[in-house]
Amino acid sequence: MNPLLDIRELRLELQRTRKESVAVLDGLSLSVGKGETVGIVGESGCGKSVLSLSILGLQPNAMRITGGEIWYKEEYPLHDLKPRDIRRYRGSEIAMVFQDPMSSLNNGLTVGAQVTEMFRLHAGCSRAEAKERAIALFRKVGLARPEALLKEYPYQLSGGMRQRIMIAIAISCNPGLLIADEPTTALDVTIQAQILDLMRQIRDENDTAIMLISHDLGVIADMCDRIAVMYAGQIIEEGPVDAIFEEPRHPYTIGLLQSIPAPSKKQEKLFSIPGTVPGLAERQSLGCRFAPRCGMAVKHCYTEAPPLFGASPGHAARCWLLAERGGQADAIVS
Amino acid sequence: MNKKASFSLLLGIAFVALLLAVMLTSLFYTPYDANEMNIAERLQAPSAKHWLGTDNFGRDVLSRIMVGAQTAFLVGLLSAVIGLVFGFIIGTAAGYTGKWLDELLMRGIDGLLAFPGILLALLLVSIFKPSMSQTILAIGVLSIPSFARVVRSGVLQQKEAEYVKAAKGLGAGHLHLIFKQILPNMISPILTTAALSFSAAILIEAALSYLGLGVQPPDPSWGRMLNEAQSFIRKAPWFTLAPGLFIMVTVLGFNLLSDGIRDLRDTRQ
Ligand SMILES: Nc1ncnc2c1ncn2[C@@H]1O[C@H](COP(=O)(O)OP(=O)(O)OP(=O)(O)O)[C@@H](O)[C@H]1O
Ligand code: SF4
Ligand SMILES: [Mg+2]
Repeated sequence: MNPLLDIRELRLELQRTRKESVAVLDGLSLSVGKGETVGIVGESGCGKSVLSLSILGLQPNAMRITGGEIWYKEEYPLHDLKPRDIRRYRGSEIAMVFQDPMSSLNNGLTVGAQVTEMFRLHAGCSRAEAKERAIALFRKVGLARPEALLKEYPYQLSGGMRQRIMIAIAISCNPGLLIADEPTTALDVTIQAQILDLMRQIRDENDTAIMLISHDLGVIADMCDRIAVMYAGQIIEEGPVDAIFEEPRHPYTIGLLQSIPAPSKKQEKLFSIPGTVPGLAERQSLGCRFAPRCGMAVKHCYTEAPPLFGASPGHAARCWLLAERGGQADAIVS
Repeated sequence: MNKKASFSLLLGIAFVALLLAVMLTSLFYTPYDANEMNIAERLQAPSAKHWLGTDNFGRDVLSRIMVGAQTAFLVGLLSAVIGLVFGFIIGTAAGYTGKWLDELLMRGIDGLLAFPGILLALLLVSIFKPSMSQTILAIGVLSIPSFARVVRSGVLQQKEAEYVKAAKGLGAGHLHLIFKQILPNMISPILTTAALSFSAAILIEAALSYLGLGVQPPDPSWGRMLNEAQSFIRKAPWFTLAPGLFIMVTVLGFNLLSDGIRDLRDTRQ
């Protein structure tokens, strides 16, 4: 299958001082197929948000793509476009939904102004036409009394409503890819489920691909076809949902899965991976970036960075164990 | 709503509305011709015939005050517009682009602010011939820094805001971000500044005209009326009091208005 989005060996550097820069993302490859939902998980600070932002050239000012490529629909080199040109893809081809629906809408503008603006921006609609379409869209994302809603200000609405509006705005131009960076983290559980249902509905109706970033492995398991596990600016394991959950190969992934609270064994102390993520500068000198925290590290791990080893079709992990022990990582941990 | 907020806002609106009414009335009606002299009736005390008395040429003080309000509003409004337009451009350029341009522009603004306002105005009007338009220009230039600062800080605050990033992520360009996302949230601080600038403009205009360097005859001005009145302060105190009072009420009114708008914003957030 031809990928919709194809990220190849992406390297993103943060300019620390005039002379010094450090890699935030390093040799990162990831592809998303048409209509596919790919989940991205990983500890805080591993670069999930920065990755999603860099796809549309929205990375923080101090960061720059210094290597690799980002292709959209195989013919548009997003990594290589001028700011003016990349803007055309934002919202119309690739749209984003952010974590906090309380701050991603502008409180100084009515909901209507913000939604209709999207149509005017991309579709060049008239004001009246844009309003019509906004109302239809609001119905579609399950917002009641859409006409009245258009005249209200975001601060008058609940978090769930605001996130529905954000999603409505994001899908307003029928994007091929929807990037959602922790879209439900700020919402309570019932609303969370509703928003996820909405995203599923959108995916099924429009064949929209989704890149879903979340800390919640339950959400990921529920929504995604494939999972990419990130650690310290790299993808350290990638594969189909079932493979990752049932046969995780990288010690970090295994630890991550063990740290999910299981509803049945409430009393047990939760497992957590010891140590912390290495700093941006520190990473470069490590062999395997997980080595200082890895229970299975051998000498070799500290000196040489492991490449991605295939485990089964479509499933790969960046760990020497796959090369040396034929993929028995899980057995050793438990 | 906050009680104090509504009080200063209401009082400010009342004062300004009163002055506006006086100014508008003067456009088509004054009790006497503001420039008509009547030596026989010079320096008369307030009476039913001349509510605010007459000046040293026998001109009706009330009529002159009323026409003087036109000058005050014209100077206040136009100089605020100059300040706003240039302040907005400078503040946005500095705040939005940041880096060296910000540094450069803000240094310039600081330099402008380092001068005491009236001194700078004096300098500007003394370079050219004193006149109404010179006065407006000078005061307008003086009010650029406060607008520029307000706009810059608003832009700085908001340019990293989530909703700006979100709009950017959905394809919004720079102009859209500035005018459609950022500006709407700055209306209130801009109005606050405009009201303050208005009152400052009226004060400076009065000061310049008092010194004979501002608005020139025959354009009437409260400042020049003060100047003319000072020689008769013993004989005809009302003549000094009237323009002084009007200057005070105007300045007070716009300051209250400015406070009121600011408090309104504070309570809403
Ligand atoms: N504006 C910025 N300037 C400099 N460094 C940044 C900036 N934003 C993020 N970083 C750095 O980039 C790295 C990746 O950050 P990112 O926000 O992508 O992490 P994340 O995986 O999204 O974490 P979280 O789960 O907490 O959202 C971190 O080391 C962070 O310190
Ligand atoms: S490569 Fe070595 S250190 Fe890294 S995860 Fe595998 S076993 Fe652990
Ligand atoms: Mg993040």
